[in-house]
Amino acid sequence: MAINWYKYASPASFYSLAGKMIPFFAIIAFGLLIAGLYIGFFVAPTDFQQGEAYRIIFIHVPAAWMSMFLYVVMAFWAGIGLAFNTRLSSMMATAIAPTGALFTFLALWTGSLWGKPMWGTWWVWDARLTSELILLFLYIGFMSLQAAIDDPRRADKAGAIIALVGVINIPIIYFSVQWWNTLHQGASVSVTQAPTMASTMLTGMMVMVFASWMYSIAVILKRVRVIILERESHTAWVAELREKGAL
Amino acid sequence: MFFWIVQRDLLLAIRRRSDVLTTLFFFIIVVSLFPLSVGPEMNMLRMMAPGIVWVAALLASMLSLGRLFANDFLDGTLEQMLLSPQSLSILILGKALAHWLVTGVPLVMMAPVLGLQYDLPADALFVLTVSLLLGTPVLSLIGAIGAALTLGLRGGGVLVSLLVLPLYIPVLIFGAGAVEANMAGIEYDAHLSLLGAFLLVSVVFAPWAAAASLKVSME
Repeated sequence: MAINWYKYASPASFYSLAGKMIPFFAIIAFGLLIAGLYIGFFVAPTDFQQGEAYRIIFIHVPAAWMSMFLYVVMAFWAGIGLAFNTRLSSMMATAIAPTGALFTFLALWTGSLWGKPMWGTWWVWDARLTSELILLFLYIGFMSLQAAIDDPRRADKAGAIIALVGVINIPIIYFSVQWWNTLHQGASVSVTQAPTMASTMLTGMMVMVFASWMYSIAVILKRVRVIILERESHTAWVAELREKGAL
Repeated sequence: MFFWIVQRDLLLAIRRRSDVLTTLFFFIIVVSLFPLSVGPEMNMLRMMAPGIVWVAALLASMLSLGRLFANDFLDGTLEQMLLSPQSLSILILGKALAHWLVTGVPLVMMAPVLGLQYDLPADALFVLTVSLLLGTPVLSLIGAIGAALTLGLRGGGVLVSLLVLPLYIPVLIFGAGAVEANMAGIEYDAHLSLLGAFLLVSVVFAPWAAAASLKVSME
């Protein structure tokens, strides 16, 4: 069965599709969140070096991963929107930005909560922390540029350019540990080497990563629905929805 | 076309000399404010000098970005330039070069003198000048993207700083890093090579991105 992807590129049909998808992702996100927090707080053993404080990684690592991943996804949709002039792609990019900024802020916040007992300081000017902070600035720059432009189509395109330029920052974040070898410990999880953490800790972390992922999808779909309604408020199909009392 | 743009922008800058001097004096004043705020302790000032000079150069370069397109936009010249059959990227490269010659080069020439205020040794002054020479054109080129995106927007001046300053950070790190490495007695070639790499990459990509931005802004 071939799915007609072009059909769902239209805001009107995507609006109803997104509406059906949101509960699905929201329920999965909630289930995974409960499971992940349970594993994180009750199943995973206490770390012999870091004590109980290490448990912040169950929030911190997913938040940090999502913050970078969402920026790439945002730049991807923004780029598609710029290249093919598809309105929905640009709306997706706009919808992703606040969630990405939220995760960036969470990563910085939980990181400093972890840093106080471990390093004895809330903040160090280490490469990773600094690039995460720059990432937050990039999100804020993207959002404020879009907010400053009244014409939504121009805002989409201008935001797309700044997002694509900013994407150069993502590899810098990722390779910063190798570039400037400083206080921050190297990545504990890698694809090529066996992870250096207990398997229950890893399970808990991965469950939390998926929970954040599903949460992001649900929230972004919700936000994109609002953006669609806002921008399409003058169209016939929105008026129809309003008549039916579905709004 | 390229040289014509450079020549034209330089001529305009010479006719409006006060603009150029304002940027230069802004740079000098910011650098001179730091000893007043942190105290005249020479050892500390010597350590902070590369960072201070670089941050001041960043701010000075950013403040003058408004002039890059705004005047041409207001009197309609920019629209004519967009309509011309010439490549828009070349045009922007020319404007960025002129911007650098007008704002970047005076900063580079002034930097050794300001470095003396901070008691930098001769070697470090040389590295500071070379790093600024390699780094400031990158600032003009990246800045062109920000200036093109915020053209004609409300509060464009503040917005451009939000967009452009995060992108300046790698230049700042390696520019100031080169001088610090020299003062610490280690090799600084790698820093300068990276700055050179940033320059080459931005010469290729920044005019192109700025051209796309300008088209979006002028629609």
